[in-house]
Amino acid sequence: MHPAFSIIFFTSAAGAGYGLLALLGLLAPFGLLPASPLFGLAALALALGLVVAGLLSSLAHLGRPERAWRALSQWRSSWLSREGVAAVATFLPAGVFAIAWVVLATGADGGGSGVAGVAGWITAAMAAVTVYCTAMIYASLKPIRQWANPWVPRSYLALSLMTGALLLNALLGVAGQASAWSSLLALASVALAWAAKEGHWRHCATTRPVSTAETATGLGHIGRVHLLDAPHSEDNYLLKEMGFRVGRRHAVRLRLITRLAAFALPAALSLGALVAGPGALSGTLALLAAAAAALGVIAERWLFFAEAKHTVTLFYGAGEA
Amino acid sequence: MTSLPNREPGAPRLGLVIDLDTCVGCHACAVACKQWNAGGHMAPLTDYDAYGAGPDGVWFNRIHSFEAGTGDSGCGSRTTNFPRSCLHCEQPACVTVCPTGASYKRAEDGIVLVNEDLCIGCKLCSWACPYGAREFDQDVGVMKKCTLCIDRIHNETIAEAERVPACVMVCPTSARHFGDLADPSSAVSKLVAERGGYDLMPELGYEPTNKYLPPRPRPTLALDERVTKDSANDDLPLHGLLKWADRILAR
Repeated sequence: MHPAFSIIFFTSAAGAGYGLLALLGLLAPFGLLPASPLFGLAALALALGLVVAGLLSSLAHLGRPERAWRALSQWRSSWLSREGVAAVATFLPAGVFAIAWVVLATGADGGGSGVAGVAGWITAAMAAVTVYCTAMIYASLKPIRQWANPWVPRSYLALSLMTGALLLNALLGVAGQASAWSSLLALASVALAWAAKEGHWRHCATTRPVSTAETATGLGHIGRVHLLDAPHSEDNYLLKEMGFRVGRRHAVRLRLITRLAAFALPAALSLGALVAGPGALSGTLALLAAAAAALGVIAERWLFFAEAKHTVTLFYGAGEA
Repeated sequence: MTSLPNREPGAPRLGLVIDLDTCVGCHACAVACKQWNAGGHMAPLTDYDAYGAGPDGVWFNRIHSFEAGTGDSGCGSRTTNFPRSCLHCEQPACVTVCPTGASYKRAEDGIVLVNEDLCIGCKLCSWACPYGAREFDQDVGVMKKCTLCIDRIHNETIAEAERVPACVMVCPTSARHFGDLADPSSAVSKLVAERGGYDLMPELGYEPTNKYLPPRPRPTLALDERVTKDSANDDLPLHGLLKWADRILAR
């Protein structure tokens, strides 16, 4: 599948934004986050900024972006529609949570914490639902076996949590409030996401292709089928969109980059931040961990598209998909 | 609504039956389809760089050629021309994934269509189609697909004999047949029953309406020894000048 940058940015930025938003909503009611309006404002601005930037980027992918509102109508059958509805709906509890937490609860009197708690947990649940819907857009596509499996929602949710936790640790570090629990949370979420991604890759490598050139043409009873003549001399929409081919060498190299930048480096840097204890050093390490993960997740998402093989390629010379 | 309709009892299921035995791969169906639909329900069928070095454009029919049975012993391999177009599936995921309601399946005849006024051009339907039936029109910004010539088959302003899809009308070898596949007594259903018509990629569960008729079996000829015998090692019955030339050239 063609790795369109608008979609890569959308899924990775919105994923990180929802991950951070969910953690803020979950943890703030427990009083685990700094009770300063400035921290709350900065953290929410980062989370919602990433979400909004991601959603706007997804609009850039559309042929008719001015009609995007119509995508909210078919939630009964379409995961893309469900994702749109969930994304819009999440802004409601998030708005209530933002006001209750930043304006009321973090004030001197500590009022409004009950509202912040309920709204925060609803926000966290809605953020998870939205990321799940994003993943299901891909996981519901039967022609792409690398996508149509439960490892896709697992890895999307785990990577969203991971990037959110790394951002939260970095924010706490910058605010001079780094603590052992936030570094541990970052470390645990990296381990979880790494396991989920390796699980996805192993699944893709070990499952047998469902469809072949023989089943696509129905000529398998005669023998092995291969393409003799393509219908057209130049690449058409199908080949540009669905026939994207990534060199094996690049795939191997990009997996290495993903393993290093998205998982190994953030894990090592978060461990460093944990060991260093509160201070400028741990803040810097946490910030570097988040930056490495941003690069790594973009590489991971590029591979997610580039390594996905659509069954339409069977009509254009592929033996199996 | 992108939820699939409940089929009305007794409603026809219109579709094509494509005979891979008689198709000669002339691309006439693709051209006739392009001609009709460039001014039809889904118009325009945009072309990009039509007269340049890399022409591309929206087509609803694509004609592939496959070879099956290569490398097997004997002369059993078959070259098969393979027209590919929308199969108007009973379980069309291209419809259910549509977020706007632009894609829909008609309850009255099973035809899968796009309402271009609702389409936002997200391309997800083309990802959901295993068969590559949908092509994006980047000029108009919406998805296009085969309409089964809905503006011909139900068109009372043209002669009744012409109320078939353009691809069926034009086919010089009658390799394409149009009809009601829900009715077991229809000509197309009988053809499917007689010739063993089959679904493409049945394992994905899309339940295509269109059926393909396999190439008729042909006797497999044994390899001809006169062709396969390695003549290079034979003592050729050469005399005189030819024998001399053979000796010189063999050095």
